[in-house]
This record gives sequence, structure tokens and C-alpha cells, in this order.
Amino acid sequence: MVTRHFFDKELDDLHLDLIKMGSLVEESIENTILALKKQDVELARKIFKNDDVIDDMESKIERNCFNLIARQSPLAKDLRTISTALKIITDMERIADHSADIAEITIRMANEKYIKPLIDIPKMAELAKIMVNKSIDAYIRQDVELAQKVCDSDDEVDDLFHKIILELTNIMKNDPQTIEQATNFMFIAKYLERMADHATNISEWVVYNVTGEHEHLTRHMDHRDDRIHNPFIIDEDSEK
Amino acid sequence: MDTAELKIYTRNLDLFYGDVQALKNISIDIEEKRVTALIGPSGCGKSTFLKTLNRMNDLIASVRIQGEVFFDNLNVYEQYDIVELRKRVGMVFQKPNPFPMSIYDNVAYGPRIHGVKSKSVLDEIVEKSLQNAALWDEVKDRLKQNAMGLSGGQQQRLCIARVLAVEPEVVLMDEPTSALDPISTLKIEDLIDELKEKYTIIIVTHNMQQAGRISDKTAFFLHGEIVEYDYTEKIFSKPSDKRTEDYITGRFG
Ligand SMILES: Nc1ncnc2c1ncn2[C@@H]1O[C@H](COP(=O)(O)OP(=O)(O)O)[C@@H](O)[C@H]1O
Ligand SMILES: [Mg+2]
Repeated sequence: MVTRHFFDKELDDLHLDLIKMGSLVEESIENTILALKKQDVELARKIFKNDDVIDDMESKIERNCFNLIARQSPLAKDLRTISTALKIITDMERIADHSADIAEITIRMANEKYIKPLIDIPKMAELAKIMVNKSIDAYIRQDVELAQKVCDSDDEVDDLFHKIILELTNIMKNDPQTIEQATNFMFIAKYLERMADHATNISEWVVYNVTGEHEHLTRHMDHRDDRIHNPFIIDEDSEK
Repeated sequence: MDTAELKIYTRNLDLFYGDVQALKNISIDIEEKRVTALIGPSGCGKSTFLKTLNRMNDLIASVRIQGEVFFDNLNVYEQYDIVELRKRVGMVFQKPNPFPMSIYDNVAYGPRIHGVKSKSVLDEIVEKSLQNAALWDEVKDRLKQNAMGLSGGQQQRLCIARVLAVEPEVVLMDEPTSALDPISTLKIEDLIDELKEKYTIIIVTHNMQQAGRISDKTAFFLHGEIVEYDYTEKIFSKPSDKRTEDYITGRFG
């Protein structure tokens, strides 16, 4: 026999709100990349508006979680579910913030001819978007395996990030005229890299929700320590 | 764990009331100076189990016990005198049950039975026990008044003082706060937290939050068995057994 119908209904509502917030975040990444590619100022402005909606959703979900904790004294799985929700909305909100950051740069560069055709940045954005999409999917389906896959993709994004930085540095060295725009692209790459990190965080919380263990699931590779001294090193295996 | 370090442990303990088996194969290790909470639905055997630890039920005619209970590594049913055992393993019940006599006499009752006659020694025991039960300040000016005039929460702390007066090593508590208001409940919980420095405490509670607040380990009983026994933190954040999960999240039919 199942008891606590009311509480279960509220948990379902929480779940639905998270899915809704997740799809808004995905949409904003998609628009961000489109706006950047097409230098579409109007679309970039729409991303700001979307960001306000996402912020409001975060506050609403947060309030609901606090209420549930105060009134229902959740334990075990319920406690993990609510804690997970509280953690992942922060990551989702950050992802949307970074979309807005990129949109801002897009507007700033709207009238300039890009110094290079955009190839790796959209690739990176696509990867980040897929990671976010999968991390939210993993949450919805409580799928530990899928969550682990998201964490694995983070390395791919990191590799692309370093590749882009190296390329932009070279462009700058060759032509100081490009410095302003190249710096803007560096920021964009960094924002995308952070988005992927947040997707990884979401996935780690999904794993926690299911298993009760919160671990950092991205690989830690000792041989990458040299990047601390020289961020422009590229792994051989990532240069295909 | 090496049993030498355990205050109490049971091995394959069964208890029958006539033909009805109330405890099934209970083997549990209870560490010294820790608070162990026993949780589970009504009728699952928590009180029965608690009473096996200081032999409160083996004298009932219909009761039959198999298996072993050890206290300080000696078999409770074979190697203890029952009076000695109950002095060292005290019990606090659900409803406060002060004797209809003065506050002072309630606390002095046990020591007197155990032969303490000196007025000054008794005075000392009474004060110390009431202090340890966090009641002294509230009653020190009216020790001669009848205990029945105290509030429910005060009565329960008096009962705890009465237990502490005979200097036990283990204190068993069977839903000690279920008849109390929230403030009195929190006072008893604070008290338990202090008492565990000196005593080993085993407490039955229906209040999940209470178990979470005060205990180091929690055992979940169901139908006379222990389904799960682990660190409280583990039980309340990620229990291993689905039945424990269902029970503590209130989805238990
Ligand atoms: N004195 C008794 N005689 C017969 N049956 C009893 C007696 N005391 C308890 N029982 C039975 O043993 C089972 C466990 O009871 P109890 O230990 O009081 O459970 P709990 O404390 O978990 O509510 C119940 O089925 C109860 O009816
Ligand atoms: Mg009982």
C-alpha cells in the first residue's frame, strides 16, 4: 500500500518543473549558437529574456524544495531527490547565464567580420548542448550509465577548448588586429567549457540521487598537470 | 568487531509468547557509550527486544527464549543475578511513572533498596542524579513535594534521574518522549546526548527525526526481525534495504 499521496504528488510537480527548466536551458544554448553563427542580434536579445524566465524558475523550484523540507521532513530517497533538485537548478541556472554571456558578446561583435570561420566553437557548443541534454535526461530517467557518459564527454570538450585556445593564440600572434575578437572568442570558448562542467555536475548529482554516493566522475589525468604551466599543450590523441 | 569491545551483544535470539514468535534470530552488536535507536512499526518486537536485555520478560510464564544475550561478555541469562543485572541495565518507560511520593524519595528509592542508608550520601546521590537528568534547577526548592505534581516532561526526567541514581551502565528507553510536548522532548534529547558520555543508551522511538537527531546507530525491526542495522546517517540517507527505505520515508503500508 502506498501512503503519502500528497507528498508524492508534490515530488512529481517538482520533477515536472525541473524538466521544464531543463528544456528552457537547452533551448537557450541552441539559440546562443545560432545567434553567434548568424550574427543575429534579435535572437541574441531573446536569450536575455529567456534567462530571466530561467532565473524565475530557479527561485520557484528552490522555494518549493525549502517548503518540502520544512513541511515533509524528507528522508532517504526523498531527501536525496530534493537535495539533488536544489543542487542541479544552480548548475542549470549557471548554464543559462553563460548562454546570456555568449549572447552579449555576439551582440558586441555583430557588425564585425569574423576573423575565422566558426568550426570548433560550434562543435564545442554542440557537445556542451548534448551534455546538458543528456544530463537532464539522466535525471529524468535516473540513469546512472547515461550520467557517466556525460562525465566522459567532458574530456572531449576540454580537449576542444585547448585546441581553440591554441588556434586563437596563433592567430593573435600573426596579426595583432585580431586580438580584440580573438579574446572574445576565447571567452566564448571558456563559457562553453564551463557549461560542460555544469552538465557534469548535474550528472554527478544524478548518480548521487540513485546511489547515495557523490563522487567526481571526470577523469583526473596526471599527465595533464603540465597544462597548468602551459595551457596550450594538446593531447596527441585528441589531434585527429 | 571483537566482542570484548561490545557492551551488549545478542546471538540468534528468539523469543516466543506461547506459540507466537516475537523475536526471530536477532544478532546485534551494541557498542559502549553510544546511542542505538530501535525503529519499526508497532508490534514488530522493539519493546520485547529491549526487555530481553535486562530480563524483564523471561519471568512471564508463557515466554520462551532461545539464543544468547551478552552484557559485558557474560551471558545475561546464565551468569547474572537479576537484581544486579537490573541495577546495571536500567529502564525508562513510555509513560512517566513516578511513585506517588516526594521527588526526593523517588530518586532515593533505588539506592535505598541497594542498601544506602546515610542521609548525606543519599542527599548527594539525589542532587547528582537530578543534575544529570537536567532537572535539579527546576526542583531543588521543592524536593519534598509530591512528584505527581510535576509536569509530564519533568516527570519523565525524574524517572531518568531515578534510573541514574543506582549508577547503571546501560539505560534502555522505550519511547521515552512519546507522551511529551516538543519542548520537553527536546530537553530529553539534549539529556540523552549528554548521558552518552557515561552511559550506553538504547532507545525505541517512533519519531524518525528523533532517531536521526540523537542516535549513532539505528536498527530497523520488522515482524520480529532486524532488517537493517547501520550508522544512523546511512539509514536515513541511503538505507540498503527497500523495506527500510519504505518505512522511513513513510511509504509503508
Ligand atoms: N506479554 C505478551 N504476551 C503475548 N504477546 C505479547 C506480549 N507482549 C507483546 N506481545 C506481542 O509480541 C509482539 C511484539 O510486541 P512488542 O514487543 O510490544 O512490539 P513493539 O514494541 O515493536 O510495538 C506483538 O505481536 C505483541 O502483540
Ligand atoms: Mg513497544
